[in-house]
Amino acid sequence: MKLIYSRPKSLKKAVFHYCPGCGHSVAHRLICEVIDEMGLQEKTLGIPPPGCSVFAYNYFDVDMAESAHGRGAAVATGVKRAYPEIVVFTYQGDGDLAGIGTAETIHAANRGENITTIFINNAVYGMTGGQMAPTTLCGMKTTTTPYGRDHLLEGHPIKMSEILALLEGVAYIERVAVNSPSNIRKTKKAIAKAFQMQLDKRGFSMVEILSPCPTNWKMSSVQAWKWVDEEMAKVFPLGVFKDVTEKKDAD
Amino acid sequence: MLIKTLIAGFGGQGVLSMGLNLAEAAMLEGKNVTYLPAYGAEVRGGTANCTVAISDDEIASPVASSPEFVVAMNQPSAVKFQHHIQSGGLFFLNSSLVEVEILRGDIEIVRVAANKIAEELGSPKAANMVMLGALTRKSGLVELASMIETLKRIMGAKKKLVDVNEKALKTGYDLF
Amino acid sequence: MDGNSAIGEAAIRAGCRCYFGYPITPQNELTEYMAMHLSRKKGCAFVQAESELAAINMVYGASLVGARAMTSSSSPGISLKQEGISYLAACELPAVIVNMQRGGPGLGSISAAQSDYFQATRGGGHGDYRTIVLGPSSVQELADLTMRAFELADKYKIPVIILGDGVLGQMMEPVEFKKEAPAELPIRENSLRGATGRPSKIVKTFTSNPSELEEINWSLFRRYTLIKKQETTCETFMVDDARLVVIAFGIAARIAKGAIKTARAEGLKIGLLRPITLWPFPEEQVKEVAKTTGQFLVFEMNMGQMIEDVQLALAGQGEVAFYGRPGGVIPAPSEVARVITRLYYQKGLK
Repeated sequence: MKLIYSRPKSLKKAVFHYCPGCGHSVAHRLICEVIDEMGLQEKTLGIPPPGCSVFAYNYFDVDMAESAHGRGAAVATGVKRAYPEIVVFTYQGDGDLAGIGTAETIHAANRGENITTIFINNAVYGMTGGQMAPTTLCGMKTTTTPYGRDHLLEGHPIKMSEILALLEGVAYIERVAVNSPSNIRKTKKAIAKAFQMQLDKRGFSMVEILSPCPTNWKMSSVQAWKWVDEEMAKVFPLGVFKDVTEKKDAD
Repeated sequence: MLIKTLIAGFGGQGVLSMGLNLAEAAMLEGKNVTYLPAYGAEVRGGTANCTVAISDDEIASPVASSPEFVVAMNQPSAVKFQHHIQSGGLFFLNSSLVEVEILRGDIEIVRVAANKIAEELGSPKAANMVMLGALTRKSGLVELASMIETLKRIMGAKKKLVDVNEKALKTGYDLF
Repeated sequence: MDGNSAIGEAAIRAGCRCYFGYPITPQNELTEYMAMHLSRKKGCAFVQAESELAAINMVYGASLVGARAMTSSSSPGISLKQEGISYLAACELPAVIVNMQRGGPGLGSISAAQSDYFQATRGGGHGDYRTIVLGPSSVQELADLTMRAFELADKYKIPVIILGDGVLGQMMEPVEFKKEAPAELPIRENSLRGATGRPSKIVKTFTSNPSELEEINWSLFRRYTLIKKQETTCETFMVDDARLVVIAFGIAARIAKGAIKTARAEGLKIGLLRPITLWPFPEEQVKEVAKTTGQFLVFEMNMGQMIEDVQLALAGQGEVAFYGRPGGVIPAPSEVARVITRLYYQKGLK
């Protein structure tokens, strides 16, 4: 019998605690597949955040070190500067990266830190119970926007990929989604490219992943996957925002 | 014996390097010494000052609330610090720039036309060294030789610069 | 050499190759010294971070991979660093944090003060933890204690705080540096440099299991007890025949010593006890002195913080008076001499 599909080596044999339909487990698996395929399991350090994915260290079979909320990019900076041989990635949610850690993210990107960030955007604070996130869509109801997000009061959803793509230190930014087989394939390619940028010392790389949160969106899994396409991707268009692959003078 | 000296003036007059020179010369003579520059917002806006404490014993505080010697290189410093000097202390005034009348009768006033003398020497920037020479002579804090040796150590290989400053230092020293 | 630069030189000689900081007066000379000596050098890292928060988290990152790392700031900036210090303590990661204190609260003044004693010795951030706190009182001691701080941090896997002040940082004094650490320090065990030839490791602080967290806290406090036993240090000066003992730390202790010498010259029997480790506080040494002296004066450049540790140590023995000057005022030795002389006579010690 020919083995055509198996658990990636760098994914631990543990049952995910994530809700059914959640995008975290898919994203985890894709990162592990990339780590395996690029042969990085023994030289990678992952930085998970507080939030639902705080337990990421239970799933990734690489060195993992938790960071304080929002500080992933600063921690990764310290790691990479002190020990450049390591491959470091941060795994951050929208509250983490686009709220409390905006400054750390923007400045690490601007310095062109040679780190990779996986940014999970599900437009909501998951672990704390569905409060408004910086990326919550206008009109969207959350426990702290019970009447829907009103841009006059709460502002518009913040578009981190677009903002970061403006910075000189950034090597690669792509926004993808994990709501369909074809999008999942694109996501994996994007993650691989982001890691390659780091290996090539090109600067800051980030993959923003639109990720369904059926529980806090109060939808079924199927509805949530559709909603990513129908609503979220309108505000957060998928695509490559920056790519310096062809540029020779990127250093 | 603990002696504290406060040196004040405009930024750019070489006030801090005067203090540093004095402190290092005292260190060379094996004395205990502290040097404390005024810092931060206090020195923004063009004024600078520093305090040098010299002692045979450990120095308790590098801050001088009533220094024995005060050097005022400009008018604002003369106004500000004249009341700080310890009774019986010496007040060195750069009479080229200070016109204010000193009202205290319990201190000795030493007037040195530092800028004028430096200009006559052909090196107007060395006014601070003229004053430092006068301070060395009148205060007796350190030997002139230690001052010159320190000067050479700080300025290093720039022989021309050392010569100019050494000349100014000696001229100030010989005024008294 | 000025105190701030002396810390920098001592840190480098102690094997510190990573510094992350953010400008604030009165400690900028240290950040600048590290920029001069650590940037653009192979195997070294210097980053001027975007904030104190970022700086302390960069230290956290560097410590994760086994580097001797350091950050420095002054009071308001140290408040911002507390989050990171709590995480360092929780993850048992060594780091050295310098606080060149200034007057507070708020933005306060840039003049030297000792108002962060509580913050430093009580942990400072959230959670049940301690950091080792060292209180230098001269430029020489800034250098010596900086080198000791790196050793203690590694030995006990704990953040160490050097609690200096603006005057110590700015003043110049002669300084001699102790022996350098070897150029290549051994890689610290548990460094996360990738799972090569070993199972992957996790550094974490979060657990959903309270009894697991309780065990983590127990283990931290077992180590703290060991530190108390092994590392507590203080200096005593003329306490043997003293009828009144002044207790002060850092720059205040130095001023007090000058005042005591003046008083001794007048025939007053006064001594000094100066804690060098502020945490752990030298309780036993205070108790020891209390066997022969009943009168104490605590002198601090704040409104009374270390005095609580003195009172706890004395547990009702002896009488404790207090003289405090807050807000960045640096009293002259003569002022302190007047205070102790007055107290001496008031208590009928003459």
